[in-house]
Amino acid sequence: MANEMGHSEEPQKNYLNASHTVKSWLLTLDHKRIGLLYLFSISIFFAIGGIYASLIRLELITPQGDLMSAETYNRVFTMHGVMMIFFFLIPSIPATLGNFLLPLMLGAKDVAFPRLNLLSWYVFMVGAILMLITIMSGGVDTGWTFYPPYSSIYSNTQVTLAGVSIFITGFSSILTGLNFMVTIHTMRAPGLTWFRLPLFVWAHYATSLIQVLGTPVIAITVLALGFERTLQIGIFDPKLGGDPVLFQHMFWFYSHPAVYIMIIPSMGVISELIANMTRKKVFGYHFVAFSSLAIAVFGFLVWGHHMFTSSQSMYAGMVFSLITYAVAIPSAIKTFNWTATIFKGSVSYDTPMIYALAFIGLFTIGGMTGLFLAALGLDIHLHDTYFVVAHFHYVMVGGAIIGYLGGLHFWWPKITGRMYPEIWGRISAAIIFLGFNLTFFPQFIVGYLGMPRRYHAYVPEYQVWHVLSSAGASLLAIGFIMPVAYLAWSLKYGEKAGDNPWMAAGLEWETSSPPPTENFTYQPVIDHDAYEFEHVKEIKEAAAKEAALQTA
Amino acid sequence: MSLFSFQVPFMPEQASKFAMEVDLFYIALWLLTIGVTVGIVIAIFLFMVKYKRRHNGEIPEQIEGAMVLEITWSVLPLIICLGIFAWGAKLYYEMYSEPKESLEIFVTGKQWMWRAQHPNGQREINTLHVPVGRRVKLTMTSEDVLHSYFIPAFRTKTDVVPGRYTTTWFEATKPGTYHLFCTEYCGTQHSGMIGTVTAMEPGEYQLWLSGGTNEPPAVVGERLFSSLACNTCHTADGKGRGPKLAELYGKQVKLNNGTSVTFDDTYIRESILDPAAKVVENYQVIMPSFRGQVSEEQIAQIIAYLKSIGPKDSDTAAAAPAANPAAPAKK
Repeated sequence: MANEMGHSEEPQKNYLNASHTVKSWLLTLDHKRIGLLYLFSISIFFAIGGIYASLIRLELITPQGDLMSAETYNRVFTMHGVMMIFFFLIPSIPATLGNFLLPLMLGAKDVAFPRLNLLSWYVFMVGAILMLITIMSGGVDTGWTFYPPYSSIYSNTQVTLAGVSIFITGFSSILTGLNFMVTIHTMRAPGLTWFRLPLFVWAHYATSLIQVLGTPVIAITVLALGFERTLQIGIFDPKLGGDPVLFQHMFWFYSHPAVYIMIIPSMGVISELIANMTRKKVFGYHFVAFSSLAIAVFGFLVWGHHMFTSSQSMYAGMVFSLITYAVAIPSAIKTFNWTATIFKGSVSYDTPMIYALAFIGLFTIGGMTGLFLAALGLDIHLHDTYFVVAHFHYVMVGGAIIGYLGGLHFWWPKITGRMYPEIWGRISAAIIFLGFNLTFFPQFIVGYLGMPRRYHAYVPEYQVWHVLSSAGASLLAIGFIMPVAYLAWSLKYGEKAGDNPWMAAGLEWETSSPPPTENFTYQPVIDHDAYEFEHVKEIKEAAAKEAALQTA
Repeated sequence: MSLFSFQVPFMPEQASKFAMEVDLFYIALWLLTIGVTVGIVIAIFLFMVKYKRRHNGEIPEQIEGAMVLEITWSVLPLIICLGIFAWGAKLYYEMYSEPKESLEIFVTGKQWMWRAQHPNGQREINTLHVPVGRRVKLTMTSEDVLHSYFIPAFRTKTDVVPGRYTTTWFEATKPGTYHLFCTEYCGTQHSGMIGTVTAMEPGEYQLWLSGGTNEPPAVVGERLFSSLACNTCHTADGKGRGPKLAELYGKQVKLNNGTSVTFDDTYIRESILDPAAKVVENYQVIMPSFRGQVSEEQIAQIIAYLKSIGPKDSDTAAAAPAANPAAPAKK
């Protein structure tokens, strides 16, 4: 088989055909292969999380809890959250696209610590396998937030095992973040100054900062929970002398910044997509770059906005609300700058652009509904209802996942050397957009009507909204399955991509597709800013060809 | 009352003083959201059509950015956000500042039911009866895990936390029966921890109250005070081994570490369960803990008793005797 590929299709050596053994993949130090290891693993976890989501939507079609028991339902929504957050969203863009692209964008051979990079995947997999064992031994029914004293004393599900899994998985996140920060500091090609970096790199720098500073706190929190559960050391349960609200402070000190771990890389992807699909420099580059850092820093100061009804002091609530509004501004700045970038551009309608535009629309709604929840007096009513569920799905699916899919389509030719079928890309993007809105918009309404989160059964007057939401979810499921099929198809049958099919600006497009193991066959030297399209060889050639045609 | 009178409503019924205010705020924010989203979507569509790529070799004219625009779209959203913050904070302050005069009801959450006890001792489970046009304050605690007391029609919600008291208040404006939901996940039957809140005309509420045969909590509390032998140390003459507790509720108490604390529900509860935590000046730590010997409801009854023998002119004590129509009949 190796021979066949060797002589018929891929004469040139690249990171994919450099070696073919399983061992060469499992012991690889190549950041590109590690990115693909992650891509493969998190796709499986996304599928598992998606199956749980489908079960939730099936149960909620009727108001009675008739499809499954309450015990089962509680495990289903918990495992949906845990799989999606810890094993898909947090690693999604940084560990796959980030791993693959960061050294390419920096003009480097690899990340700063290739062995650490491989270790982080193994640590991730150990955590993930422990979570799969957790699932097989009955799962957890505490909600992904693990609030004690329910989680520490009352739940008789596999909380300790799940805690160990999350504790371990966190280290993979810390290792990746650390690796990226050092890589960005030390591995930039000659001439590649900080303000010549693509915005994708800025976004990953900000994300890494949160991963390194925030993740240890969730580790401590989970450890404390584990001590209380196994050794009855009173930290959170008042019966043992603890304080349950303390857990909420510690949990959200990580978990709110974690939301930014999920969304900032996606914002980085969107900056790349919009610039390259419109052939325009990102409007207000410095503002977009620094807004990522601002979000990362302010993101650490807003955790209390999850606790407005928790009995935390009223004045603390006011401070957290105020800072939350401050963190909304950098997101607004990004959205306006992206829109302005399209102005007077050369706009392509290809799939990555469709995703980028879907992101702007959905993220705007997701962000604006965050203003509702940060408004103290209004959050009292909205807290822990489906309005919150709708809001964070608009940010997490409409933002993070849409950005991830857009990026995957955009860099697919670079990763695999093949084009995906464009028409199917557009159709599935449209289905995802429609299905997503149909799934989650009704949840804003049913949430305001009073439907609480994590309800296995509900009062009949809410049913119409749940039926709409479940209908949307089936459409969304189709939209998510389609790319799996046509991307897999393209691996063998897709058109050869060439080095730079989008005529995009960026170092990663200057090397071959797929890139060689050492990324570049020459030492890149950079003498211009990011997104300067007059330097793109392919555009020049196309322009010359067009000029020749006109004169002929 | 609802602004939308379709068959399928977009808002829960407005049945409290806050409901209208919260809804107005909600609608204002939706108008803003729709305005911003539609604005951006229109801009994107115009740009997409107008600036569609015409040929493969096209490089559009580059624009670095514009400081004036950056400042405009940073400062303008900031001002709008500060406005939203102020509006939300004002509403929150009103909702969470305890009213001076109110009808006080004690609520206990427990997997998976809500128990309520009215000032005259009337109890109920998974229902709550309240009079219309009167401020009702709920003092709540949990016997096990976290719960949250949510009445959508009143736009009110407060977590119910084991180990501490949380309070919330509302004033029902419209007689009717409304949903009561637990909104903090609390285990298997979380979605079954629901009930109803019935707002009644004050006369009907009095009638409903007198239907019970229970003793007022203050009376039960007085009995507990002697059966648990509290009165052997906390004597009425103030010469016992513990401080005198009559005429004390709501007042400041000096502690042996030089600070002082208000003699309120939280301090009384803490002193019963953990007597050494805050010791009154000039007294020794000799009181044993009653943790595990008294239930949350019994603690509430002892508090009610201490409140009933509190200072007569105090604002906080005023509510208790007023709402005790059944008490004299019992004695």
